[in-house]
Amino acid sequence: MPVITMREALNQALDEEMARDPKVFLMGEEVGEYQGAYKVSQGLLQKFGAQRVVDTPITELSFAGVGVGAAMIGLRPVIEMMTFNFCILALDQIFNGAAKLRLMSGGQYHIPIVFRGPNGPAHMLSAQHSTATENWFCNVPGLKVVSPSTPADAKGLLKAAIRDDDPVIFLESELMYANTGEVPDPAAGDFVIPLGKADVKRVGKDVTILCWSKAVFHALGAAAELAKDGIEAEVVDLRTLRPLDVETIYRSVRKTHRVVTVEEGSPYAGIGAELAYRIQHDLFDELDAPVVRVTALDVPMPYAENLENLVLPTPRDVAAAARAVLYRS
Amino acid sequence: MGVPSGHKLHEQDRCDDAAATAFGRERMREAFQQMSKIRRFEERAAREYASGHISGFCHLYIGQEAVAVGALAATKAGDHVITAYRDHGHALIRGCTPRNTMAELMGKVTGNARGRGGSMHMFAAEQGFHGGHGIVGAHIPLATGMGFASKYQGKDDVTLCFFGEGALNQGAFYESLNLASLWKLPVIYVVENNNYAMGTALERASAVTDLYKKAEGFAMEGVLLDGMDVAKTWQVVDQAVARARTESRPTFIEARCYRFRGHSMSDPAKYRTNQEVEAFKQVDPIALCRQSLITAGWATEDELERWDEEASEAATDASTFARESPAPRLEDVGLYVYKDPMGWTPDEATFPHRRD
Ligand SMILES: Cc1ncc(C[n+]2csc(CCOP(=O)(O)OP(=O)(O)O)c2C)c(N)n1
Repeated sequence: MPVITMREALNQALDEEMARDPKVFLMGEEVGEYQGAYKVSQGLLQKFGAQRVVDTPITELSFAGVGVGAAMIGLRPVIEMMTFNFCILALDQIFNGAAKLRLMSGGQYHIPIVFRGPNGPAHMLSAQHSTATENWFCNVPGLKVVSPSTPADAKGLLKAAIRDDDPVIFLESELMYANTGEVPDPAAGDFVIPLGKADVKRVGKDVTILCWSKAVFHALGAAAELAKDGIEAEVVDLRTLRPLDVETIYRSVRKTHRVVTVEEGSPYAGIGAELAYRIQHDLFDELDAPVVRVTALDVPMPYAENLENLVLPTPRDVAAAARAVLYRS
Repeated sequence: MGVPSGHKLHEQDRCDDAAATAFGRERMREAFQQMSKIRRFEERAAREYASGHISGFCHLYIGQEAVAVGALAATKAGDHVITAYRDHGHALIRGCTPRNTMAELMGKVTGNARGRGGSMHMFAAEQGFHGGHGIVGAHIPLATGMGFASKYQGKDDVTLCFFGEGALNQGAFYESLNLASLWKLPVIYVVENNNYAMGTALERASAVTDLYKKAEGFAMEGVLLDGMDVAKTWQVVDQAVARARTESRPTFIEARCYRFRGHSMSDPAKYRTNQEVEAFKQVDPIALCRQSLITAGWATEDELERWDEEASEAATDASTFARESPAPRLEDVGLYVYKDPMGWTPDEATFPHRRD
């Protein structure tokens, strides 16, 4: 299987979906002439032209709304947010528009739109450029939220997101675009991964680690460390955060009886809180220890490297949390 | 006479004669009937609200009928129409019926949005009426996107976007008009300047009160019109529609108009004088249209009476229909959230709600 970068995988997904369906177009800041702020859209302008790879002025609110309006009457927009920090200006169009128009019209509209781009902290960008936004979007019924960790998942899930008839928030990571991984050869056929399905990235029997995006690597790092002590951690990559693949999560919890959640966002009302609630409510008798979550510290992200390192979760924190739920120190 | 700055009262007892002639007999007769339909419907809605059959925020279109009716007379099937929450008038002219509109007001499953939208969110997607939007200014980007989509698909459909002058201070307006002009989109933006955003008079909110002049800042055509005059409204919008359809160029139109009722059902309108309201009632858009029809000999008093009665009957019939319609079923609360819910249920992970 060819090994490619996450950036190339996303580019393949866009390229293939645009070639397959003329209703699909890409819009955002610097997606065309500049070839993408993070080069995800490299070459697409040359291939599909300026009508389908649309450079916008710096106007997140309105180009997000342009996407929703175009989706209301039949197009399938992919809206690139240079990063999701800037998507905050467009939240009205996403929360009040994309997410609610199907319901408010009594089912008269599909809103087949994807908002995609890098989410969460990168490295030393300080607070305004380091926001992890997934829990905000997950709180909104009407939205689907996806956040892949590998090039293969990124490609397969982005293709599924573009084909989905509901609005999908597709969260990538600045620090993962250069990551490499095996992705099936495009010549071998259409490669699509359905939304709403988690993936067990490492099988284990002692403790379940729930994670997504970059945190999957913290979890895998922790699992490798734990293995040295004979602890077998099961790493469940949620991939889709809404709707949640409860079945896969619960199957793992029923096996291990111990759970750690990992995320790069703040703890308060984070995704870990939701996961912990559901698990204690639905699987109370299965649990041998309270669920522990590993999150960023509850502060806006500081710039200094030592402080940033302190704020963000690390594989060591995850391993420590796993030992805690196993009552082993 | 206490008329707000910028708002000049219409000067004669009928529509502009040249515009009326261009509009023509058939369209003027149709316009009278449509305006009456809206007026009687809204009056009925006010009574249903007072008697507790309608709840929530309810904004009436009384006084502004000529804007929606005149402007929509310039459109064809396939064009797109979108407005803010003061949407009953536009809805009734563009695909919604008195019955399904009144039913929507009462939260019934027979409503045009199956009881999910209410007063502020009326829809008839198939007829190109795309709401009914409750966030001031937020639907202006949606209209811009519809213009983008029409152009993208090589269609000659145009989009008409209506909003109040209160929306002109939102960033969404500036961003959208810039994009529409930059990308040459077939969108006509119509500000219904009724001089008040709730209780805030225009000059207390906008440094520029000749709103049509804002178009200059986007290198866009800007036109001012008397929005109490249905023929004039049609004429100006018709030119803008032609420009959009044949040259794919947007236009910004300021229609000066007036609402005769409060902002919503709960507003006693203390921020303006009775004298001012009375002055505008002298130039009631329906009265101007009626006088044009009489003057031109295009309709008889009998016909006008009959049309008005028909409008009242349609409103009464709508009320009866709506009152007798069922509410949505409780078990359907999870419909229309996702097309493919993928295992999602509305009360997942919450303590089950009482169903009785
Ligand atoms: C973003 C936003 N802010 C505030 C409100 C509350 N609000 C509803 S209507 C209104 C006044 C708007 O006036 P205008 O745009 O002139 O329209 P009109 O009511 O005159 O039709 C306000 C402030 C809202 N709906 N949306």
